[in-house]
Amino acid sequence: MVALAGASFAGEIPQAERRSGYELMSRETRAMQDDDTANPGMLAVLEGGALWARKTGAGGRACADCHGDARAGMKGVAARYPAYDAALKRPVNLEQRINRCRTERQQAPALAYESRELLALTAYVARQSRGLPIDITVDARTQPFLDSGRAAFYRRQGQLNLACSQCHDDHWGRRLAGNTIPQAHPTGYPVYRLEWQSLGSLQRRLRNCLVGIRAEPYEYGAPEMVELELFLMWRARGMAIETPGVRP
Amino acid sequence: MASALINVPDRARRGEIVEIKTLISHPMETGYRRSQLGARIPRDIIRLLVCTYNGTEVFRAELHPAITANPFFVFSTVATESGTLTFQWTGDNGFSVTETAAITVD
Repeated sequence: MVALAGASFAGEIPQAERRSGYELMSRETRAMQDDDTANPGMLAVLEGGALWARKTGAGGRACADCHGDARAGMKGVAARYPAYDAALKRPVNLEQRINRCRTERQQAPALAYESRELLALTAYVARQSRGLPIDITVDARTQPFLDSGRAAFYRRQGQLNLACSQCHDDHWGRRLAGNTIPQAHPTGYPVYRLEWQSLGSLQRRLRNCLVGIRAEPYEYGAPEMVELELFLMWRARGMAIETPGVRP
Repeated sequence: MASALINVPDRARRGEIVEIKTLISHPMETGYRRSQLGARIPRDIIRLLVCTYNGTEVFRAELHPAITANPFFVFSTVATESGTLTFQWTGDNGFSVTETAAITVD
């Protein structure tokens, strides 16, 4: 009984016990992620590569015109995001960073969240960091945002009155409606989710969870979402980027 | 924008059985779903995948509703001669994509 009670309120997962969702997947789904010609996320990466080189907007510039070859220039970038933006005085995630480049440098309209183009570009940029450890910088400027992300993770919310931590810290590896509960490390985003039959961002996944606990989800790009993203990436620090991941 | 990923070995020995993998980007909308307003979402699927090897058909698959989005096919053929494998997907709304892959047989 004592051991059971201990397992129920495990608290923060020790560094050595952290597992990517990949390790909790079936053999078949893992094989799908591992093989670049079987991984449907690679279709988006392919498309993102084409968008990277395409000139757009009033600026008439392509991503490649400033950043050059993404394989060199974008290596490790996704492992650092969300990162502090000095102009906005707050952290921005990779999608927001791409859109800021679009509106300011390319003078093109911002891409909508979960649009095919934005997911493709994000997947293409994040793909260049595959295998690299997540490396979130925490300093005096980002600490308050990290703290509020952490508070959101441990805050009970919604009609079911559940906190993220109650599933993902305390009960990972157990089952919820037939699915294995993962530890919620965002290592493979944007991820190809078999349930969605498409690629989706971390924010789409977070909104899924919020609806699941019957809380009102934050809007796409809301500051609260980015803070939660920042905390989750920090929580997964040192773990390898898998983009494009495949999840059940 | 349609895109396809094809994996064919670059080189093979004559008579060797080679594995071919194809993955194509497509929503495979079944035609049975309804939108939030109750309107039926029209069917939009790939109907046919044909693979020819130097003009000879070596693989054909008919696709139906309820096959996954972004369908993935793995099949094999015998490497007989150097040449080109041509893949053609055709489907609803005039969908047609053709891709080729070269193979060298020693």
